[in-house]
Amino acid sequence: MAVLEVKDLRTSFRTDDGVVQAVSGVSFSVERGKTLGVVGESGSGKSVTFLTLMGLVDKRNTTVSGSVLFDGEEMLGAKASRLQEIRGARIGMIFQDPMTSLNPVKRIGWQLEEAILIHNDVTHKEARTRAAELLRQVEIPRAEQRLDDYPHQFSGGMRQRVMIAMALINNPEVVIADEPTTALDVTTQAQILALMERLQQDFGMAIVMITHDLGVVAEVADDVIVMYGGRIVEHAAVDELFNRPQMPYTWGLLGSLPRLNSTAARLEQIPGQPPSLLNPPLGCAFNPRCGFTMAQCRSELPELRQLHDASGHHLFRCHLDDATRTEAWQTKHAQLVAEDAA
Amino acid sequence: MSSVAPGGDLLVVENLQKYFPITEGIVMQRQVAAVKAVDDVSFTVRAGETLGVVGESGCGKSTMARCLTRLLEPTGGRIVFEGRDITHLSRSAMRPLRRDIMMVFQDPYASLNARKRVGFIIAEPLEVHGIGTDAERKRRVQELLEIVGLNPEHYNRFPHEFSGGQRQRIGIARALAVNPKLIICDEPVSALDVSVQAQILNLLKDLQEDFGLTYIFIAHDLNVVRHISDRVMVMYLGKAVEIGLKGELYTSPKHPYTGALLSAVPVADPEQGRIRKQIILTGDVPSPVNPPSACRFHPRCPRYHEGTCDVDEPLLAPHGSSTHFAACHFPLEHWPMSEDELRHGGVAAAAG
Repeated sequence: MAVLEVKDLRTSFRTDDGVVQAVSGVSFSVERGKTLGVVGESGSGKSVTFLTLMGLVDKRNTTVSGSVLFDGEEMLGAKASRLQEIRGARIGMIFQDPMTSLNPVKRIGWQLEEAILIHNDVTHKEARTRAAELLRQVEIPRAEQRLDDYPHQFSGGMRQRVMIAMALINNPEVVIADEPTTALDVTTQAQILALMERLQQDFGMAIVMITHDLGVVAEVADDVIVMYGGRIVEHAAVDELFNRPQMPYTWGLLGSLPRLNSTAARLEQIPGQPPSLLNPPLGCAFNPRCGFTMAQCRSELPELRQLHDASGHHLFRCHLDDATRTEAWQTKHAQLVAEDAA
Repeated sequence: MSSVAPGGDLLVVENLQKYFPITEGIVMQRQVAAVKAVDDVSFTVRAGETLGVVGESGCGKSTMARCLTRLLEPTGGRIVFEGRDITHLSRSAMRPLRRDIMMVFQDPYASLNARKRVGFIIAEPLEVHGIGTDAERKRRVQELLEIVGLNPEHYNRFPHEFSGGQRQRIGIARALAVNPKLIICDEPVSALDVSVQAQILNLLKDLQEDFGLTYIFIAHDLNVVRHISDRVMVMYLGKAVEIGLKGELYTSPKHPYTGALLSAVPVADPEQGRIRKQIILTGDVPSPVNPPSACRFHPRCPRYHEGTCDVDEPLLAPHGSSTHFAACHFPLEHWPMSEDELRHGGVAAAAG
């Protein structure tokens, strides 16, 4: 059952230089209890998509269209007061940088209690008990005492745990995590990912994991969306996506990743820069950087289509025919395997 | 270009220490404690190689880099560059040496002066060292822009007109300007997108081949370090805990901390990810003001032995080969560790 259904979401910003089409027609759904991974480079529209559906974009210079159904209820154009009830209570958010998303001059306990009091009719004392319990759930030692500490007294990993506790306050149905481990060290990242997995098992919430790290996605996601230039360019179950990606951009991402067991002297690089969304390239947004560009790619935007022999859903956006794609991926895959084996 | 033959010792660091004092009192300041950011680190860098330095935030890797370039004054130890002790050289004596050791910084947005044109930024080291006339410098800058893969015509642009990856190329061009012998790269790709990160890593490798450069490459990303380095040093809380050839260190790590770091790296392969076993360290890195006694890793170590690890400090000792050193009483015997070792690692090692 989908808890969140997004259909043809479009977001554009009016700037001094012109209109930036940050998200152009994105559709997907988030299943209860599952993890959706969203991968893309900076400027691919991955964060804006989720800020839009939470109603966190500035209305004065933003145009939004499409539909976002949360538990069957339309979120776009909903009253601010209604959004307020949903955000923080039924949809939690975890941001990348816990230092800037926590108030530096308020104690952690105060900040957690505030979030509890907004959404629940409880006394301060009850809120405090609940806050301490939350800190224990995210495995922060000496939870009661730490409620009286300020954010700067926590380490990066501990601060991120506080953020997770805050997102979990009202047992949300969906948690949207925007690069939750990017600012952390690998060992801390492993702790946080393990914690989120445990919490998902305990509370059954859906997680949206927005990240640029394919490794993190491979580890936690059930379903993966790859975004490029404000559009979904590939969407499949995690094994399907890593076993036979169909889109040259996804191949490029997999190839350009330095791997622990690779012996390759050079990394494969995707030439050029991510596209400017102010003047996106005509046709497929990836065509200026793609090694397989044809005339059609420069003039016509490829539709998001289903891979016909996929067991489940496997959507991708590319003009190349099946034979060429299969062969190109097999060559690429063989090369990656050879590098790892040597 | 270096007077040290390739493979010879370009930089020798012995027992390097950097303590930051913590003082109390306003008028009569007295030192009450010290942050031991770098504590007794020794290593050598050979001409033409890349030494990778990995560790978590707060392990002292950047402080170490700053000591090597003498941006910070070391508290103790010796830094010998090309056979010459530079640990306590005066500013003026240090100046000519600054041509030989250059740095590339992490944040390409913060490390370029936003109000100067790219041509000026890259030419500045030349100007500081009084190299060439204006016209020669301009030619050199254009040549450098070309070398790092930028358009020489972009000479007159400002940093904000470039993307993150392009700015990092500018930072590299600036470091190259004076033909340095050693370039210290402090997290040069951690602020970049994956596809751009690969471009910069490849560029650094190409430049090394073309100009015989020596790098110290500092990063927290083990994949990146593995890709670019010949030898790798792992730091934990101001100490070097393991150092070895890349092949040795990544395929048979000896120090449990290295093992934990390696096993924590997410693998971009869902199947492998499911079967692999992780050593998940508990807790945070302890404070360097009051580090744990003896082996600093012992409170978090899966192979911790009471009575040994917390009493007797392990020193770097060769393990398996003459190039592979680890500071551990109970080094790992197998990699990947078996389930049994993960649980009873210490006990098994003691019995064996």
